[in-house]
Amino acid sequence: MNEGPMVRVIDAHKRYGRLEVLRGVSLDVQRGEVVVLLGPSGSGKTTLLRCLNHLEPLNSGRIYVDGELVGYRERNGRLVEDREPEIARKRAAIGMVFQRFNLFPHLTALGNVTAAPVRVKKMPRKEAEEMGRRLLEKVGLAAKVDGYPSQLSGGQQQRVAIARALAMEPKLMLFDEPTSALDPELVGEVLDVMKALAKDGMTMIVVTHEMGFAREVASRAVFMDEGVIVEEGTPAQLLQDPQQERTKAFLSRIL
Amino acid sequence: MPLAIEFDFGAVQHFLFNAQIRHGAWVTIQVAVIAQALGILLGGVFALMRISRNPVARFVAGLYVWFFRGTPALLQLFILYFGLPQLINNQTFTNELTAYRAAILAFAVNEGSYMTEIVRAGILSVESGQMDAAKSLGMTQLQAMRHIVLPQALRVVVPPTGNEFIAMLKNTSLASTIGLIELLGASRLIYSVNFKFMELLATAAIWYLAFTTAFSILQAELERVLAAGERERAQTLFSRMIDLMGGRRGT
Repeated sequence: MNEGPMVRVIDAHKRYGRLEVLRGVSLDVQRGEVVVLLGPSGSGKTTLLRCLNHLEPLNSGRIYVDGELVGYRERNGRLVEDREPEIARKRAAIGMVFQRFNLFPHLTALGNVTAAPVRVKKMPRKEAEEMGRRLLEKVGLAAKVDGYPSQLSGGQQQRVAIARALAMEPKLMLFDEPTSALDPELVGEVLDVMKALAKDGMTMIVVTHEMGFAREVASRAVFMDEGVIVEEGTPAQLLQDPQQERTKAFLSRIL
Repeated sequence: MPLAIEFDFGAVQHFLFNAQIRHGAWVTIQVAVIAQALGILLGGVFALMRISRNPVARFVAGLYVWFFRGTPALLQLFILYFGLPQLINNQTFTNELTAYRAAILAFAVNEGSYMTEIVRAGILSVESGQMDAAKSLGMTQLQAMRHIVLPQALRVVVPPTGNEFIAMLKNTSLASTIGLIELLGASRLIYSVNFKFMELLATAAIWYLAFTTAFSILQAELERVLAAGERERAQTLFSRMIDLMGGRRGT
């Protein structure tokens, strides 16, 4: 279990009706690696993330996280979708941060962070709250523990969302355009938290348009278009010396 | 021609706390509270069926709402109280089905059809990202529904449910037609003997108003508590009075 890549995606296909969003994606992510997913909207980046924790089921292909098949089990050489508790158990080990934060508005910052440890891990509330305070401190929000999401800025909300995901002690963190919904002056505080996380050795897959972050933090950049991986390499390679026409066209538009 | 108004205020005062009226009021409250509680329960179950992925569950729930929302409550009450005993034709069943029980049952099932739609709208009002976030944290569908979606749906569900309960309080008077001595039934019993129609109708009206007013205050308080996390939380006595006068506080 502790050998091999943290994430292994093998020939993933995903269709919505007639629209094929993933058309055979294969990708390995090593332990401790930070991979940035780039690509135009509609290229399948977000769908790939959502398949990684089985928020969306695949149509074919396999995804392994930490050596375990996600969302399915193998029976007589065929894939059978897991039962819900099993899907949930595997998801618990994969943190996810959303573009629109998706904080629980009826709970305080601390309530957001402790909800899953208390409900899913059955952690005693007192212990969960201690951990929650520690995590909120870590993301720089010690003063906002009792604030409701509506009382927090976008950047603060996203940092709570990161703390909330970390509370489940995930082995892998997925970030779906975590700074796209933020005012420009609030982007930095979220990226700082992500950088610290990367430095701690967290395995991360990040969909983003923040090229500075990609260059500075990512070990690898992957460019997707129309449901396939077009090109990958170190961020420096991919950003400065793209080989494929589609990559060049995309980069020239956003840089 | 001189206009002669004959109204005996003393009689209202006298009958307001008359034992029969008091008992009728108590029956009204019992039927309304129990039927509403059962209706909410039914509404919860059928709402989950209506949004479930199972087509049979969706169909059954749809059929339920279609029938019980589409026919009059009084008709349903008659079907239950007069129709069913004929169909089932069993003495024990007929004896056990008292007017009191029939009223509770009929109003509960009728109410459930409205509550189904109210709860369903409440659940659908919660952004799908909430379910995604809860699931990504390892919650099962049921855990996410219970701890994340339903508490948020509640805020949307409570105001119309309050309206439903007020309607329920008044609609229990329909059961006087099957011989239940609730508030209106008790007044009718008395005026059929003393012919003080207006005095006893006024007495009943005062009781209904007392109930609905007291409940409105309770509801405003409940909504204030549920508003945790919303930007505007300040609720003064003044705004509560506006609530009572019919204005509903926007979220």
